[in-house]
Amino acid sequence: MLEQPHISLPQGSIEKQTTTLNLGPTHPATHGVFQNILEMDGERLVNAESTVGYIHRAFEKIAERRPYYQITPLTDRLNYCSAPINNMGWHLTVEKLLGVQTPKRVDYLRVIIMELARITDHLICNGVVGVDTGAFTGFLYLMQFRELAYEIYEEVCGSRLTTNIGRIGGFERNFTPAAFQKIEKFLAGFPKALKEFETLMTRNRIFVERTTGVGPISAERAMNYGFTGPNLRAAGVDYDVRVAHPYSSYEDFEFSIPVGSTGDCYDRYLVRNAEMWQSLSIIRQAMDKLKSLPDDVYHADVPAYYLPEKQDVYTKMEALIYHFKIIMGESDILPGELYNAVEGANGELGFYLISDGGRSPYRLHFRRPCFIYYQAYPELVKGAMLSDAIICLSSLNLIAGELDA
Amino acid sequence: MSLTNDYIKQRLVEKFGEELTSFEEPFGLLSFTAPAALNLKVMQFLYDEEELQFRFLTDLTAVHYPNQVGAELAVVYHLYNFREKVRLRLKIFVPVAAPKVFTATKLFESANWMERESYDFYGVEFVGHPNLKRILNVDEMTYFPMRKEFPLEDQTRVDKDDEMFGR
Repeated sequence: MLEQPHISLPQGSIEKQTTTLNLGPTHPATHGVFQNILEMDGERLVNAESTVGYIHRAFEKIAERRPYYQITPLTDRLNYCSAPINNMGWHLTVEKLLGVQTPKRVDYLRVIIMELARITDHLICNGVVGVDTGAFTGFLYLMQFRELAYEIYEEVCGSRLTTNIGRIGGFERNFTPAAFQKIEKFLAGFPKALKEFETLMTRNRIFVERTTGVGPISAERAMNYGFTGPNLRAAGVDYDVRVAHPYSSYEDFEFSIPVGSTGDCYDRYLVRNAEMWQSLSIIRQAMDKLKSLPDDVYHADVPAYYLPEKQDVYTKMEALIYHFKIIMGESDILPGELYNAVEGANGELGFYLISDGGRSPYRLHFRRPCFIYYQAYPELVKGAMLSDAIICLSSLNLIAGELDA
Repeated sequence: MSLTNDYIKQRLVEKFGEELTSFEEPFGLLSFTAPAALNLKVMQFLYDEEELQFRFLTDLTAVHYPNQVGAELAVVYHLYNFREKVRLRLKIFVPVAAPKVFTATKLFESANWMERESYDFYGVEFVGHPNLKRILNVDEMTYFPMRKEFPLEDQTRVDKDDEMFGR
C-alpha cells in the first residue's frame, strides 16, 4: 500500500471491531438538519451520538431585544409543521402575564386553528413514517389535506407555513365566510382520506412488522427522559396539557386522550392517528359552538395591547395613541414571572417568561419538547438495525427548528 | 387528596427549615429558592416523598442577573407531579465567578441536555455531569452568549453602510 503521510487514522481504529457511520447532518432520512454518529456492529447499532445545533438561531437572545408582539414570528420558526400552536402558545403566555380575558368566540376560533395545526403536524409525521417504511402513497395522498389546511390559515392570516397568526388578545381580523367554508370542506373531506390512510397502513403487514417493537420505551423511562405529547402517551401515560391544565377553553370540549402501551413506533403511529380523529371531533364541536355566539367578536377588548383598526388610527385620538404605543413597544407591561404551557403537536411547549416591566422580556425560555426527548434516541435504538433507527427517528417527530431554537 | 401549595411549602419547611427562602406564588405556581449546595437534596426529597412525587423535570434553564453581586446566575427548575397535576419552581443562585451546581442527571435523564444548554449559554458548571460540553453553539466558542454583558446590536446605530445590508 502506498504511503499516505497526510492521512492519520485515529488511534486504535484499525483494530476495532465496529464501524463508525455518519448519518446526517444533511441526509434525507433525518428529515432535518441533525447528525448522528452511529457505532455499528455489522448492521446493528451499538451506540449513537447525536449532534444538534446546526440551525440554532439564538431566538432566546433575540427575544430579549424585541417588543412582545414582535416575538410571535420567532415562535413560528420553532415547530414549523404546526406554527399556529406556537403562536397561540405565545399569545396565551403574554395574555396570562397581562391578565387579558379573551371572549369565548376567540377561544373557540383559536381551538379550531390549533387543532388544524395538530392534524397537519401528525399527518406529516405519520406520512413520513410511512415513507421510511416504503409507502409513499399515504404521505402524498394526505398532503392535499395539509394544503387545504394551509389554505385555511391563508384565509385567516395571509400566510401559510410560518403563519404569525393572531395577535395578543385575539385575531388581527375576523374569519371570512370563505374561511368557514374551507373548514367545512376540510371536515367533510378529511375523515374519508384519513380512513383510507388507515386502511392502507394500520393493518398492513409490512408496516406492522417494520414498526412494532422498534424504538420502544417504558412509561417510567419516558417520564425520566422528559417525554411529553404523543410520544409519552404512546408509552401509556395519559398526560395532555389540554386536559391537565386547560387553556383557551379546552375544558368546554369533549374528547379523549388516546394512549398506547409499549411506546414503540407502531404505538406512536396509532396514538397520532387517534389524535387526528379527536382533533376532528374538537373542530366539529367548536364549529357548532360558534353558531350560538355573536359572529363579530374576534379579539378581546384591550386597546392598550391590541392594535386598533387602521381607519380609527386616522380619525380617533385614543386609537392613534394606542397604535403609536404598541408599535413603538411602549405598552405598559407588568413585571412578573410565569411558566405557561400548551400542548404542542409533539409535546408540551412551554414558555418561561420573566418580565421586568421593560419593553421586551428580561428572559424568555422556550421549553421545546423535541429538544428534551431527542436525548433518549441512543437508548431507543441501541441494538436495533440501521433501518429501524431511521424509522425511530421519523416517528419521534423531530423538528430541527424546534430542536435548535 | 389534592396537593396544595401550602402543603408542599409546609413539608419543605419541616424538612429544610430556614434553608429555603423567597416562597412566592406568582400566577398560582409555588416558587422558592434553595441554597446551591442543597439543590439535589431538595429535588430528591420532592421526588421520593409519597405525598409529593415531583418526578418529572419539565424544564431547566438559567437566568443572568448581573446586578445581584455574588448571586448573578440563577438556575431554574420546573418540576411536575403527574398524579396531582401540580407544578413548582425551584431556583438556586450562584456567583458568576464560580458557577458550580450539582448535576441533576442522576435523578432525571432529561436534565442532561438541558444542563448542557445552560452551560452553553450561561456557563453554569454542572458538577458531576457526564458530558458537559457545548450543545447548540460551536465547540470553539470562548464565551457564554446569553449573559447580559453581550447586548444585541443597537437597532438605531448609524455607523453602518446600509447599502451593504440591503436596506
